[in-house]
Amino acid sequence: MRNIEVSAITQAVAQLCQQANFVLGEDVLSALNQAQPTEKSPLGREVLSQLIENARIAKEERRPLCQDCGTAVVFLEIGQEVHIIGGDLYAAIEEGVRQGYTQGYLRKSIVNKPLSVRINTKDNTPPVIHCEIVPGDRLKITVMPKGAGAENMSRLAMLKPSDGRQGVIDLVVRTVDEAGGNPCPPLIIGLGIGATGETAMLLAKKALLRKVAEPNPDPEIAELEREILAQVNALGIGPLGFGGTTTALVVHAEVMPTHIASLPVAVNLQCHSARHKEAVL
Amino acid sequence: MRSTKTKGKGMGLINITSPIDAEVIEKLTVGTRVLISGVIYTARDAAHKRLVQALDRGEELPFDLKGQTLYYMGPSPARPGQVIGSAGPTTSSRMDIYTPRLIAAGLRAMMGKGSRSPEVKEAIKRYKAVYFATIGGVGALLAKSIKQAEVIAYEDLGAEAILRLNVEDFPAIVANDIYGGDLFEQGKARYGRK
Repeated sequence: MRNIEVSAITQAVAQLCQQANFVLGEDVLSALNQAQPTEKSPLGREVLSQLIENARIAKEERRPLCQDCGTAVVFLEIGQEVHIIGGDLYAAIEEGVRQGYTQGYLRKSIVNKPLSVRINTKDNTPPVIHCEIVPGDRLKITVMPKGAGAENMSRLAMLKPSDGRQGVIDLVVRTVDEAGGNPCPPLIIGLGIGATGETAMLLAKKALLRKVAEPNPDPEIAELEREILAQVNALGIGPLGFGGTTTALVVHAEVMPTHIASLPVAVNLQCHSARHKEAVL
Repeated sequence: MRSTKTKGKGMGLINITSPIDAEVIEKLTVGTRVLISGVIYTARDAAHKRLVQALDRGEELPFDLKGQTLYYMGPSPARPGQVIGSAGPTTSSRMDIYTPRLIAAGLRAMMGKGSRSPEVKEAIKRYKAVYFATIGGVGALLAKSIKQAEVIAYEDLGAEAILRLNVEDFPAIVANDIYGGDLFEQGKARYGRK
């Protein structure tokens, strides 16, 4: 049994909120750098260069990569041997987000009462928190600032088993096609397949945490990822929708067993400002 | 309008001043790259709703809309000493429902990211306006072109307040012109493969 103080969690979350907003992951930067010279559209190539330049400025000057500092989506992997002490875990995470978004001069984009007055909560809380219990005595915290642009273009479809593999491909391609330039391509496409609807959505979002260049370890799924990527890039939407061959950088699919009557498929789009940072306590 | 490296109809790089003169609009054909200098205003969803409500009630708007440029943007907070935080565009289509009304009331130019509805494109043609797209997600980079920022209305909306910005060489591209040109449709047609 290992004790972890909530104050350590608050501190880690506050740091991760800022780091994620200022420093684009090396794997994402690498993917953009690789894509830039291969993009067929001259305007597309220039846009990609601007994305890379923006990442440099943001890191150097500790400015948010994007003004949409997102909803703070926080993933916790809590070791079964961990004992959290000193206060309420969720309140500690919330305080971490509050501190991080204030200290980091990050945009506060969360509103209360979404159906009526939509009043800003002024500190970017509440965060969205996903907890998982895992073996061991460590606590892994991942903060993913998720902007609304790409999130808004995401979707869940409860397909029929007969829709099959092709149905999945068609759904993703259709989703990206209809979104056009709105989600700020080039995209990282998270795909969650199986289980039940809400789990498919969560799988799709967690799929975005994978290193960009890493395929699914199952060769069949890796093949599906490549096939979808090729078809998405054939749409011609390109960087920021101005036309081009780089509409997505990669597709990450996560698959789970599902009901005999179901084929839930969730598509969670991630824009080029793919932000997430992690810490292990 | 000061014209610099114009490489041919519709594809050159042009310096323009905002508010944009009506005659200049005719030269802004789809795909034209511009550097905008002068005054632009910001407004997103909530501010648009209030502006249209004010128009409906015959109330005075917080600024004179005629001839102006609206930038769909809500910045991150400025650090001490900074003019503004990161300041890239938000998705324009969320403002589509309000836009034809504002264009009819005199709005001349809009800037954001992503494509517009048929109704907006129709209003652009009818009233001789223009829609610019700028690069989404390069908020840190675009902030460099903003030299002054002031809240002029709806301060209670926080990041969604209406700002008056003084910009210098703010980069954008004509996405919808008065001739029916559409950058997004054009780009996809050029690079899409079956």
